[in-house]
Amino acid sequence: MSHLQLDRVSAYYGAFQAVADVSLNIEPCSITALIGPSGCGKSTLLRTINRLHETIPGARVTGDVRLNGQDVLGPGSDPVEVRSRVGMVFQRANPFPTMSISENVLAGVKLRGRRLAPKQAEQVVERSLKAANLWQETKDRLKKSGAGLSGGQQQRLCIARAIAVQPEVLLMDEPCSALDPASTAAIEELMVTLKSDYTVVVVTHNLAQAARVSDQTAFMSVDRAGQPGRLIEHGSTVSLFNAPTQTATCDYIAGKFG
Amino acid sequence: MTGLDLIEVDSPVTGSTGSSLAPGRAQALWRSSQPLASTRRQRRRRIKDRAMTAALAACALIAAVPLVSLLWTTVSHGLARLDPTFFNQSMRGVAGVGGGALHAIWGSVLITLAATALAAPVGLGTALWLVECADRSRSALTSGLARAVRAVVGVTAGIPSIVAGLFVYALIALVAGPGYRSGLAGAIALAVIMTPVVESACEEVLARVPGELREGALALGAPQWRCVTSVILPTARPGVISGVLLGVSRVVGETAPLLLVAGFTDSMNLNLLDGRMASLPVYIYSQWQNKGVQAAAYDARAWTAALVLVALVLALHLTARLSARWATRKEH
Ligand SMILES: Nc1ncnc2c1ncn2[C@@H]1O[C@H](COP(=O)(O)OP(=O)(O)OP(=O)(O)O)[C@@H](O)[C@H]1O
Ligand SMILES: [Mg+2]
Repeated sequence: MSHLQLDRVSAYYGAFQAVADVSLNIEPCSITALIGPSGCGKSTLLRTINRLHETIPGARVTGDVRLNGQDVLGPGSDPVEVRSRVGMVFQRANPFPTMSISENVLAGVKLRGRRLAPKQAEQVVERSLKAANLWQETKDRLKKSGAGLSGGQQQRLCIARAIAVQPEVLLMDEPCSALDPASTAAIEELMVTLKSDYTVVVVTHNLAQAARVSDQTAFMSVDRAGQPGRLIEHGSTVSLFNAPTQTATCDYIAGKFG
Repeated sequence: MTGLDLIEVDSPVTGSTGSSLAPGRAQALWRSSQPLASTRRQRRRRIKDRAMTAALAACALIAAVPLVSLLWTTVSHGLARLDPTFFNQSMRGVAGVGGGALHAIWGSVLITLAATALAAPVGLGTALWLVECADRSRSALTSGLARAVRAVVGVTAGIPSIVAGLFVYALIALVAGPGYRSGLAGAIALAVIMTPVVESACEEVLARVPGELREGALALGAPQWRCVTSVILPTARPGVISGVLLGVSRVVGETAPLLLVAGFTDSMNLNLLDGRMASLPVYIYSQWQNKGVQAAAYDARAWTAALVLVALVLALHLTARLSARWATRKEH
């Protein structure tokens, strides 16, 4: 549960600026939805927060991101440390194919070089899978490969993997875009439960989903191809959907573009 | 349009294949846009098609003939001496019938193992550095270095093996003086040949590891090296193994460099560091080249050694293929 502040964040791929001057205040223990037309830089912005953006050759970020007041982007901060506090769930489920279900859940622990006693490890697996709403379906096949699960189950496995290491912030990039309505509902339900412990930022194309789960909504847009994406409007979900102050927001919500 | 002509009609060449062109659709589109062809044109086309099919089948046959005939010749000549003696005796004190290739088999095994121990880590390490570090680096110096390394690897892959042998001979001569021969020197020469093979195979499989797994690991707070050891290498492992095996099968039959730097001996030598060491290819060469009075006995031994060598190469190839297939199956 952490406070996340973005101040004039701009992100570049080489010479191309994908995101310009986004300032955003994300309250702890809330769900913030990031909406906007395709290509407006939602994923890019999300990936600046856990410093995954800069792992792309030629990519860079300017501006300021603060996690509980601590500088995230500056030279004094260690990306590995940042990523252990800011978890991420990707658009496409990406369980590690060489690991079993329980190994996948424990991957974060292992990848950070920590060791758990077997008893403790079992507890972490059970707690995380229960939190991700996957325990019932997998408790009898924990030693089987994660690749054998359905798409929705794999995505929930990735969520379990992300929360097993108890990050403070959870970034979700279109976590439901490849899922059926039932799995989507399960994940939405999960997001709402996660809110009590985590600060969640979720990118979604599904406006109904944004309206259902989020407390705050940020709308990004881009004028023309080749221009950077900008934050157009940010506010409580209720007010943004019912009384948008910008015409662009209005048009987007009304389905006029994007 | 002549291209379409070829994939049209019910020719046995294309009729049953799952070509990426989706021939059925292509045909349908092509047909529907054409006026009905005259029967004469059809006939001509059918004849052309048959001729083409026959020519291609002939090519396939011609390609298969040498292999089959090679296997047949090797087996039929090699069976004569495929006896226990061949596998439990060296050539020490043998002049004429009898004797075996135990020393050469051991020599091949030891030299190849040593070469693998040298080439596999260097090849895999280079590939890892190129794919995981250099390609992701933002420093111009590193990128330049990576380009240079790739160029060097490419050139090394093309070096004739005898030149690699000469090079290692000269190198060892600097340290140990001229005329020094040992299994280790042979292993170094083979490693020079093998490293680029292993490197390019590994580079390919590492580049094929999906970026989303890499990002998944990084996003969990993994330091890069742990991302490599816990996620990338395990995912690429079957491909890496098959790459190493391909490298081994590439060098296990090398003769020229071993002739130069490992030399030949009639007796057993299990010490890689000291003295000449026989190997199967060099054994074949020397049996063939230095026939004694009973030439037939030398010929027979050469053939049997050839049979053993071919069997070894085939087994390596098969293992490499199987492990690669296993890898692709696991990806899905
Ligand atoms: N690796 C990259 N290299 C260069 N440009 C990129 C890269 N990734 C994204 N971009 C560009 O950056 C801009 C923003 O992309 P981004 O993926 O952040 O959009 P998005 O809002 O997430 O879109 P979507 O809703 O389709 O996922 C786009 O114009 C895109 O073409
Ligand atoms: Mg996106």
